[in-house]
Amino acid sequence: MSVLLFTIIVLVGAFLAGLLGSLTGLGGGVIIIPLLTLGLGVDIHYAIGASIISVIATSSGSAAAYVKEGITNVRIGMFLEIATTASAIVGVIIATYIKADYIIVIFGFILLFSAFMMLRKKVDHSNNEKTSILANYFKLNGSYPTESGPKQYAVHHVVGGFAMMFIAGTLSGLLGIGSGALKVIGMDNIMKIPFKVSTTTSNFMIGVTASASALVYLHKGQIDPAIAMPVTIGVITGATIGAKILIRTKTDKLKVIFAIVVTFLALQMIYKGLTGAA
Amino acid sequence: MSRQIKHYLGDKDVQIILGTLLRVGVIVSTSVVLLGGIIFLMNHTHQSISYADFKPEEAKFSSVAEIFKGLKTIDGLAIIQFGVLLLIFTPIARVVFSIFSFLMEKDYMYVLIGIIVLCVIITSLYLDVAH
Repeated sequence: MSVLLFTIIVLVGAFLAGLLGSLTGLGGGVIIIPLLTLGLGVDIHYAIGASIISVIATSSGSAAAYVKEGITNVRIGMFLEIATTASAIVGVIIATYIKADYIIVIFGFILLFSAFMMLRKKVDHSNNEKTSILANYFKLNGSYPTESGPKQYAVHHVVGGFAMMFIAGTLSGLLGIGSGALKVIGMDNIMKIPFKVSTTTSNFMIGVTASASALVYLHKGQIDPAIAMPVTIGVITGATIGAKILIRTKTDKLKVIFAIVVTFLALQMIYKGLTGAA
Repeated sequence: MSRQIKHYLGDKDVQIILGTLLRVGVIVSTSVVLLGGIIFLMNHTHQSISYADFKPEEAKFSSVAEIFKGLKTIDGLAIIQFGVLLLIFTPIARVVFSIFSFLMEKDYMYVLIGIIVLCVIITSLYLDVAH
């Protein structure tokens, strides 16, 4: 394939990945990796390197839009980043020692899980019962502005949340994805942080975690500039336009269609990994 | 009460600076990637490429030092990789920025937590994993 054709295909694909990623809340990485591996026959190592860059691009792009609303809890983010960054590096190291086929299969299962999580109805478990000793000690409880004044919330199960972030970080480093679905479980379900806070805070963490992994991937030669170029430009353009459409569109139907597509891609990745048809 | 309002306004300022930092980081890095991409495409439009096999030994710009060396010769791929590097450093700049804002708030526990996170990231910058 010529450089020009390759660049154009990846550019269009990355644009769609960024657009759909921001409309459905599923990150760009879950589409970039199947596009490159299944669609263009790119080796999984390069696909992961390109994906981690797209994760940083989406995270920073949407974070710039979110911070104006002032609801990111920087303390929660920073505290949990100890777990996510350290485990991301562990994930990259694991990736060095296990067979690429296994990585493809694990990716397929995470993809299935993400599709399921996207469709699941989210329930806000937040309350203001400041019972956790650790949450008080680390000053994690906070408040966010609402129309009727600041609303207080308390953080629960700090140890469980921290452990979940360790798993999320490991998978992020291993697969080159943001692990948004796992971070949501950790923050919404275990730590009972309100949506308004968990969405932006997890986005903050995703960017920082991906940076740690990306630097290791760079040294391993997995970030190829000729792939990273169309991926970065495509994802950022797509995500920016997606964020603008999102404000005035309902995405329920789109999520169902997208979940079906993602499930199909996931099964194909699992099949590819199991048969070793790389 | 008045102290609380003041504190909140202070936070708002921090948020605005942070938003600007992120936006500038994304715009600058994308522009650099685009510039490098144009230079690269002008010279290699019809060259054939294949990524079917992972060849780490052929990776030209896989360290900060190599990227800067490539920049001097105005190599398109090195410029792209420099843009990618700027993109990677955007969230890291956010961590550094947060550490300073904790320092201003005199929250030394979080200054320390921030420094720990930064140290982990710096470790990744020097980590040489065997291929």
